[in-house]
Amino acid sequence: MARTTTGPTAAPLAGEGRAQRDLRVGRERPLGGAELWWWLFMRISGLLLVFLALGHVAVMHLMDGGAERIDFGFVATRWSSVFWRTWDWLMLMLALIHGVNGLRNITLDYVARPGLRFALTMATYVLALVLMVLGTVVVVTFDPSAWPGAVG
Amino acid sequence: MATRARKTRSDYGRPYLGHEGQWSWILHRVTGTAVILFLFVHIVDTALVGWGPEAYDKVVRAYHNPIVHLLELGLVLALLYHALNGLKITLIDFFPRLARHIRPIGRATAALFVLAAIPTAAIMLKQTYDLWRA
Repeated sequence: MARTTTGPTAAPLAGEGRAQRDLRVGRERPLGGAELWWWLFMRISGLLLVFLALGHVAVMHLMDGGAERIDFGFVATRWSSVFWRTWDWLMLMLALIHGVNGLRNITLDYVARPGLRFALTMATYVLALVLMVLGTVVVVTFDPSAWPGAVG
Repeated sequence: MATRARKTRSDYGRPYLGHEGQWSWILHRVTGTAVILFLFVHIVDTALVGWGPEAYDKVVRAYHNPIVHLLELGLVLALLYHALNGLKITLIDFFPRLARHIRPIGRATAALFVLAAIPTAAIMLKQTYDLWRA
């Protein structure tokens, strides 16, 4: 597995001031290769997700009485707009990749046994891939006219 | 010795252990994990619209009760923390000179979280109360 940085713990060094320690402590940016691209992806997708996911929460959970107003008819009306379908699909993909890479990082940190680490990482990838395909198919192909009378 | 050590510890070391920054680091991981685990479920329940109103409304109705609504509030607060702390991380990573101001930036992040969490919690607790009354 990729090794980006190895370092001492954040325990104070002898004679070290607080400001010095603040600057020394913490995980370094990966030096290069795929891990550096993942590092960058987490930050760029995170910035986009701040708007996509917090906007999603504001519209779906806070406005107009929140999630209780959501039913099939609500989704059908909402997804008649290409804007919301695009928003939801983009959020789905970015959040899944961002979240699965986060889980991978956590697995690398806490699971030392190579076999278990591989199995957990692969299981997460497969789950994410299945959900990407499922989500994409539904967002793209959803057509409420298949259930006449359901949208009032 | 080296091989033994690598079997019990991470490849990365524990870069924040013993520093105040460990708390935001741990919270970032816990909230991130909570959000992605819910997302796995949420994609499946939303995908049920593709199986028609009967299937979708049946599953969504399970969300419409006060207990689940409180969990929903917890999820929203977890997402809010993760978003604001992520912005803090990104800001300092993209502008490394700001690292010397990590303490005031950390306090500002916490203040922003509280400021945003109060109205959010107020709105969602009102929704929970209405659900409980209904």
